[in-house]
Amino acid sequence: MSQSESLRIANGRLLDPLSGQDSRQSLLIRDDRIAAIGAEADAAPADRVLDAAGGLITPGFIDLYCNLREPGNGQKGSIASETHAAARGGYTTVCAAPDSSPVNDSSAIAHLIRDVAERDAPIRVLPLGAATKGLNGELLSDMVGLTQAGCVALSNGPAPLANARILRRCMAYAQTFGITLMLQPQNEMLAADGFAHDGLITAQLGLLGIPEVAETTAVMEMILLAEETGVRLHLSQLSAARSVDMVAQARQRGVPVTADVAMHHLVFTEQALAGFDSRYHVQPPLRSEEDRQGLIEGVRSGAISAIVSQHQPQDPAAKNAPLGDTEPGLSSIESVLSLGLMLVERGELELQSLIRALTSGPAQVLGRPAPSLASGELADLCWIDPDARWTATPETLRSVGKHAPLMDTPLPGRVNRVWMAGREAYSREPGFGAG
Amino acid sequence: MTTTDASARALQLNDQGQLRHFLTIDGLDRDLLTQILDTADSFIEVGERRIKKVPLLRGCTVVNLFFESSTRTRSTFELAAKRLSADVLNLDISTSATSKGESLSDTLLNLEAMASDMFVVRHSRSGAPHFIAESVTPGVAIINAGDGRHAHPTQAMLDMLTIRQHKQRFEGLKVAIVGDILHSRVARSQIQALNILGADEVRLIAPSTLLPSDVESLGCRVDHNMQSGLKDIDVIIMLRLQRERMEGALLPSEREFYKVYGLNTDKLAYAKPDAIVMHPGPINRGVEIESAVADGPRSVILNQVTNGIAIRMAVMSMAMGGQRAQKGQDAEVRS
Repeated sequence: MSQSESLRIANGRLLDPLSGQDSRQSLLIRDDRIAAIGAEADAAPADRVLDAAGGLITPGFIDLYCNLREPGNGQKGSIASETHAAARGGYTTVCAAPDSSPVNDSSAIAHLIRDVAERDAPIRVLPLGAATKGLNGELLSDMVGLTQAGCVALSNGPAPLANARILRRCMAYAQTFGITLMLQPQNEMLAADGFAHDGLITAQLGLLGIPEVAETTAVMEMILLAEETGVRLHLSQLSAARSVDMVAQARQRGVPVTADVAMHHLVFTEQALAGFDSRYHVQPPLRSEEDRQGLIEGVRSGAISAIVSQHQPQDPAAKNAPLGDTEPGLSSIESVLSLGLMLVERGELELQSLIRALTSGPAQVLGRPAPSLASGELADLCWIDPDARWTATPETLRSVGKHAPLMDTPLPGRVNRVWMAGREAYSREPGFGAG
Repeated sequence: MTTTDASARALQLNDQGQLRHFLTIDGLDRDLLTQILDTADSFIEVGERRIKKVPLLRGCTVVNLFFESSTRTRSTFELAAKRLSADVLNLDISTSATSKGESLSDTLLNLEAMASDMFVVRHSRSGAPHFIAESVTPGVAIINAGDGRHAHPTQAMLDMLTIRQHKQRFEGLKVAIVGDILHSRVARSQIQALNILGADEVRLIAPSTLLPSDVESLGCRVDHNMQSGLKDIDVIIMLRLQRERMEGALLPSEREFYKVYGLNTDKLAYAKPDAIVMHPGPINRGVEIESAVADGPRSVILNQVTNGIAIRMAVMSMAMGGQRAQKGQDAEVRS
């Protein structure tokens, strides 16, 4: 659809977690905005009409942590390939992880990412700047420069900060300028060279374990330092139930802390590594069933603000080795919605909570206006066919990474179309460029 | 059956339930383990002949792929293959291809191009033989000669053969495994084998630092004390202790370990009077075990070494048979 046309999406079930709206109504898009909803949308003239009967219309998904692999890792993916995959997964906005090569620790790299995205991406790309130079954990990056270059928050990716003193200074400096810090909590000395949850599966398969306390001690340390410095802290990709409890308690006493969880931690446990399946080598590791239940409860209660893809496309060589020699990460962005709908079908998560954690929750973490299905709002929309089934295969995946979860298994729910600021970013229709 | 059992079983057995790889004890059943022990029993006699050979693997090429050095295990696999009349190629990969940066997959492709029939694999990564079994051309058998901390199934089976020779049964037996369970691939395989074969109880004796988390999930009991741990025990299996355990702050000193967990004549008296003493070797005398016990009448440590060849002959011949049977069935389906 060109910018000047109007489009009526008729008969869809509009689900808006922000307003709580859940009803079958029409919606009119004009230019980049939602022009009308309901009877007003039905009455208005439209250049095109799409019948979305049986479909679910939600705000476009926002991913707080996605590896796009550009610059520097062309064999694993590119901004073009991975944002097209993201659009296919229902996303209209993704935050680009800072651990590109070179690392996004300068305004030049941030500008490069934005320029390439402007040219190649069908959706919005928001760079995350590196919190320390080269992600080395020791020297603070030019935080102000990075945010002025368009970085929406600073993260140290999967790398740790060298010690508590640097962590405290990093937080204090970020707080001075109102910058959000997104950090993955893990005590490196306790994690050592482990790569699987220290529990049942490490006992059975003799894998090197990462104990749950490697995360929880780091969560506690970060919360205490955030409380002291007053920084806006976002804890990325929690994996342990006790971490959720700590975040909830901290929020209750007014600490400005938020948290997210990767979708695969809500669906899989350590048992996914039985058979040494390298796809499920992820960081932090998949943990126990008790942890999985605790994370789901965190999403339901709102203690966890967002579900992220933690999309990490890899080339075949990175996953084709004995488990401990493989690189971590799932190619997940095209499967996030389906995995979430699996949880809904099993009765483990309400649809409203799922959509909230994919839309308004992450927007609030970023301090951006939450996407909403209301007249006058930006038309970032996702049309889902909840009853459809699809199967992830190397041929059907758009991502360069072909190591998706649950390959060759019918998955529930499929994205039919995605609009970003009123422009069609993805369509299942054959022949559509982004599809 | 757990998830790990199911995946291990599916990978190791052919359509008729015969062994075609031997990667782990996990997922195998009592009948199959007993068949391995019975087959090994029948091979013991071969070692006593003037010409110590049978023609079961004549024309087959067995490649010993040792990514980690191990003189004893490699020698027994080599002898076993030669006694089965196979052609044997020994490759010390730790000093060749992979150290030049070649990936394991590329190394395998090259070795397969040499028309190998069986790889005997020793690797420092848990699961490496699984990866190789999933990667190689169908028809090539993989035998695990020890992977990371995961499994050492032929070592466990030679231990089972030794136990059966001395105790005639597994039912009612109480077995203690003492020492560094955390890092031991042998202990994991022994625990699985003993449970499958019907041992009454497997008891692990070690300090908490040398035990994996959730170790009871393996089907065993934990004791931190030798006196209570060895009570009513029929079989004592001592494990080897590496010096690095002190450097990693898992133990204060070899001296203290020997004092608390080292097996001497006094501690042996806590076990049943006819209890046997085993050790996978090589022994650290004065660290895990006192010489008087290692060389004493209750020690069966040298029997274990002898049984190693028979067990490896059994496993190699059965896996090759399983691969051939599968190949025959696949050809039948295609025709």
